[in-house]
Amino acid sequence: MTFFLVSSIVKIVVVFTVIMVGVALLTLAERRICAWIQDRLGPNRVGPQGLLQPAADGLKNLVKEETLPARADKVLFMLAPAMSFIPALLTFAVIPFAAPLPTPWGDVDMMVANLPVGFLYILAFGSLGVYGIVLAGWSSNNKYSLLGGLRASAQMISYEIALGMSTVAVLLLAGNVTLTDVIAKQAQSVFTWNVFPLSLAFFIFIVAAFAETNRLPFDLPEAEGELIAGYHTEYSAMKFSMFYIAEYSNMVTASALMTTLFFGGWDIPITTWDNTPPWTTLKTLATLAMFSAKVMCFLFLFIWVRWTLPRFRYDQLMALGWKVMLPLALAYVTVIATAIWFLHDRLGWTYDSRFALALFALNLVLAVPLFFVLDRGHLIAGSVAEQGERA
Amino acid sequence: MAIGVKVMKRPGAEISYLRATLKGMALTLSHLWRPKVTMQYPEEKSSKDWTLSPRWRGTHRMLTDEQGRAKCVACGLCPQICPANCIKLVPGEDEQGNRYPLIYEIDEFRCVFCGYCQEVCPEEAIHVGVHYENSEYSRDRFVYDLERLCAQTHPVSTLWDPSDPKGE
Repeated sequence: MTFFLVSSIVKIVVVFTVIMVGVALLTLAERRICAWIQDRLGPNRVGPQGLLQPAADGLKNLVKEETLPARADKVLFMLAPAMSFIPALLTFAVIPFAAPLPTPWGDVDMMVANLPVGFLYILAFGSLGVYGIVLAGWSSNNKYSLLGGLRASAQMISYEIALGMSTVAVLLLAGNVTLTDVIAKQAQSVFTWNVFPLSLAFFIFIVAAFAETNRLPFDLPEAEGELIAGYHTEYSAMKFSMFYIAEYSNMVTASALMTTLFFGGWDIPITTWDNTPPWTTLKTLATLAMFSAKVMCFLFLFIWVRWTLPRFRYDQLMALGWKVMLPLALAYVTVIATAIWFLHDRLGWTYDSRFALALFALNLVLAVPLFFVLDRGHLIAGSVAEQGERA
Repeated sequence: MAIGVKVMKRPGAEISYLRATLKGMALTLSHLWRPKVTMQYPEEKSSKDWTLSPRWRGTHRMLTDEQGRAKCVACGLCPQICPANCIKLVPGEDEQGNRYPLIYEIDEFRCVFCGYCQEVCPEEAIHVGVHYENSEYSRDRFVYDLERLCAQTHPVSTLWDPSDPKGE
């Protein structure tokens, strides 16, 4: 019991620190990658290659004046940054980030809390983040903030469904909602990584994840051109900074989630050395490095997409969410459930590379017409109306 | 009723969302490694792509003769032509009857850097210079007196030549 308490507290402190430092560096990474994409250099003055820029920003935000709009709802205005900040950090608690670490007192799971309901916990806390944004918009007593908050709530609710649906396929394949089991199931070979048998689910998940984290092309809650800064228009100093930290920790969590659900978590591809006992410190470190590398790839993808794509119009966003992603996710769950039933119950295959590759082939067959239709814009149309028709 | 808006008919066959997205992503990715255009200003003040034009009209400079005296003869043309009225000139005369400026001050805050003073000067004494870094800690430091104008060392502006409008 003492060991459990001590190890948990150590893990909480370490994970919290790593995420906060990671988020700080991520803001720098975002600014520098954005600059490189635009043929600029980006912040490179504070410290070597600008590495201390986040510290300078943090210091600036700490000593800046806190503003409080005269007619704002004071309690909610103060509470809102914390309400978007805390769920963003809490979600990471159930994500396994390395192989268990052996200690003289027993093996330590490399996740803050090994919850049996891991995945359900993530869905639950992922949705809580929207409260902070909506309350920030409401309490500011500013029409732009309010519109931002409303957009955020509508957007996150819409895409939450597609997100949940796409992961049903993962849970069907794993037969469990515990994230350690999801990873163990994927660890057999490279092809059993869920991205192969469930490619389309991954596609739906990644689109929904972009929408859930309010990143471009789905950053309508902030939409500078229309809403100034959306829900955090009235915020300054550390309270503003907390929204930023929340956004970036949501990105980290979403990346970690994609890694865990679709890219084998901390599993090192090709070899099975890393996921079979006896556990050693070396294995823990190697898997931790693997996990970090995968997460960083996704973080780079987030940044890269942000500085490439333009923002959706609001009706396009809603149309994509309800008319494309949701039916697609539903249909996909039906197809994949049938396929799994057929392969597993009818043909009696056990889950291995052959099983995964069979599903991958099915995904490819489904993907061709889907991407053809998506590409031609039959589903996410612009404001195309027949000529002469009055809007 | 909403106002009728003319909606353009889009060519359906050429519409592409996913391919266009991927193409855009490839383009931005390729830009990551391209040479950057940023000039690291305080360390690097000119590059092969950009240098300050020799026609640049910046901080003034008063040229001096061999004895280190200002070339100015206090004719009064520059305060006359100055559209911003930023030149203060009080003429004086020595025993040989040579005119010289007793006080010659230019308020760099008022100056609009038109370069008329240089154009009008019959002695080629006052010039605008190819120089732009003139920050100070107090406002009164922006009024340059004769001594300070003579002490400037930056190159002087060539101004625009009507017979060679492109500077070739």
